[in-house]
Amino acid sequence: MQDRSPSKRFLKRPLLRIVLASLWFGLLSLPLMIDLQSPHFGLVHPLMVSAAVALSGLLRLLASHWSGASRSWLERLLEASGSAIRRLDERLDRRLLYALALASAVLIPLGLNRYYIDVLTQVGIYITLALGLNIVVGLAGLLDLGYIAFYAVGAYSYGLLSTRVGLSFWEVLPVGALLAAIFGVLLGIPVLRLRGDYLAIVTLGFGEMIRITLNNWDSVTRGPNGIIGIARPKIWGFTFSKPIHYYYLIVAIVLLTIFVVDRLNRSRIGRAWTAMRDDEVAAEVMGIDLMKTKLLAFSLGATWAGLAGVFFAGKMTFISPESFTFFESVIILCMVVLGGMGSVPGVILGAALLVILPEGMRQFALYRMLIFGGAMVLMMVLRPQGLIASPRRAIGLRRKGPGRSAVVCGIQTR
Amino acid sequence: MLVQQLINGLTLGSVYALIALGYTMVYGIIELINFAHGEIYMLGAYMGIVAFSVLTTLHLTAPNSGATLFLMMIAAMLFCGACGVTVERLAYRPLRNAPRLSPLISALGVSIFLQNFVMLAQGPRDKGFPHLFAHGGIDLFGSRISAIQIFIMVTSVLMMVGLQLLVRRTKIGKAMRATAQDKQMASLVGIDVDRIISVTFLIGSALAAVAGVMVGMYYGLINFFIGYIAGIKAFTAAVLGGIGSIPGAMLGGLLLGLIEALGAGYISSEYKDVFAFAILVLVLIFRPTGLLGSDISRRV
Repeated sequence: MQDRSPSKRFLKRPLLRIVLASLWFGLLSLPLMIDLQSPHFGLVHPLMVSAAVALSGLLRLLASHWSGASRSWLERLLEASGSAIRRLDERLDRRLLYALALASAVLIPLGLNRYYIDVLTQVGIYITLALGLNIVVGLAGLLDLGYIAFYAVGAYSYGLLSTRVGLSFWEVLPVGALLAAIFGVLLGIPVLRLRGDYLAIVTLGFGEMIRITLNNWDSVTRGPNGIIGIARPKIWGFTFSKPIHYYYLIVAIVLLTIFVVDRLNRSRIGRAWTAMRDDEVAAEVMGIDLMKTKLLAFSLGATWAGLAGVFFAGKMTFISPESFTFFESVIILCMVVLGGMGSVPGVILGAALLVILPEGMRQFALYRMLIFGGAMVLMMVLRPQGLIASPRRAIGLRRKGPGRSAVVCGIQTR
Repeated sequence: MLVQQLINGLTLGSVYALIALGYTMVYGIIELINFAHGEIYMLGAYMGIVAFSVLTTLHLTAPNSGATLFLMMIAAMLFCGACGVTVERLAYRPLRNAPRLSPLISALGVSIFLQNFVMLAQGPRDKGFPHLFAHGGIDLFGSRISAIQIFIMVTSVLMMVGLQLLVRRTKIGKAMRATAQDKQMASLVGIDVDRIISVTFLIGSALAAVAGVMVGMYYGLINFFIGYIAGIKAFTAAVLGGIGSIPGAMLGGLLLGLIEALGAGYISSEYKDVFAFAILVLVLIFRPTGLLGSDISRRV
């Protein structure tokens, strides 16, 4: 048995593993997919699952065989494109780059029809939300699963203040952002002493509590019927009515968000967030006030959701609790995770991809969340730093080799 | 009225306790909140229906017999156990040395994936669960314990006693306790830590499967979304009892069931789901180690 050629040995065990894995997944999906009423008992579907598993296994095997290294070609491609973008970023005059991006954001929509402009506006809303969540999750490392609640706070504050008090859009814009920030602090004070994983569950619960309250507090929020007839934004006698007007408004909001988040990222606070994310105890020892830093992350993150919420209410002129479900929180989190936690260009790319791709593939609409869920797992396992890694984050998140993880000089490293 | 609420609360509570055990065991061993655990419970409920329809369509057992019920439970336990082990292998094991945020996000991804997989495979509408129990019951102080409530409580107690025996008296239980205390030391004394973690997921998932089948029978309707709320409530139960502690999960589950039943009965049923969250937040603020937990919050 010893004289087997290396290539044969190399192929044999992985192939066996692929066959076993495909059988296993076929078997696992079998009970949920069989249909006793249909011909062949609907056995086609489990077979398809098996085939898909086998195919992806074979592709990975081939890829690792060809590249010769353990890294897959996809990973290399992403790494290369990421560093190419960064190099380009370094070499080009930044102002030129920004001017180009801004010009295309302003000029391109002029040649598009309503539908595309609407989609782009949607992208803008989600970029604002994702950048806000990026402060909490990407920079400060606090997993917030109820982020959509702050979006709801912004939307309902405009909805209520506009229909009941008669305040204008521009008056509510800062008020909504401030209210969201206050809610961020209110949620933060009791829960921020907790460790990260508890925080995730509590924020999830908080998001649900806000939604249930909006749904049941009929006298104020009109319950599931929502609020209708919210005033459109006006400025100097000009009323925003066409999609393109809203598009330019959201472009302005996005620009503000990018500017502030980028500044924050490079500021003292940003560094404190990153330090805290990487090691709370070490950060505290270095003199960072954990409570204050976390509260800042929560409230500054919530602010953007509040702004986006006010814009959303002004654009739709109708809001209901249905727009603020847990799934929205998950989708925004997906944008941050896929794009690259802590990386501003990454998060923008993530938001754009996750809005545009589902629009482009309407026939797969049902599979959207399935793919998002699978992508989150794959991303964490294969490329935790996201599509475009943030330079600082790329160092910290690279997976540790087996030799480095356990014990260094007798001191546990984790 | 009060006795009736107590009975309903205990029934729900024993189900929460069964699910909470899975959370607490996994957390005790790898310090991960397994977000996908609620989904495993949901899979168990679906597997119960599938097993029932296979058994009765192929005329293997009589629809109303105890054998059907028993086989449904076994099928759900095996299936969910396999799912739990697979999830751990694919989504958690590669991330064991990654930063804390990674396995949490991965777990969330698994949960969303499983939910949508079931929605696509079994349809988004509510599914009716077969009625296996007659409408009999016992009258007690003017209120009624139905047969299914008795069944749920007895089965839960049996499962918990079984689990306690497994963890306290067997070799594998000893290995589990050792792994929970210190993974490195456990592996140094010859315990296969990976295998113990798999076994933990297997047991936790099987318990959730039992809970899924029983809740399906209790309410008569299930859908792909039931794992979400049940998962949060069971997690609350685990935290209430002290996460990582097995008796704590049992106590927390029962308490949460009682609080919820009384809250829904005497305060407001619309805000029923808010109670669990409120309790969770209160416990985390005032006693983060739970009722029976030990202080593990600041391990460096």
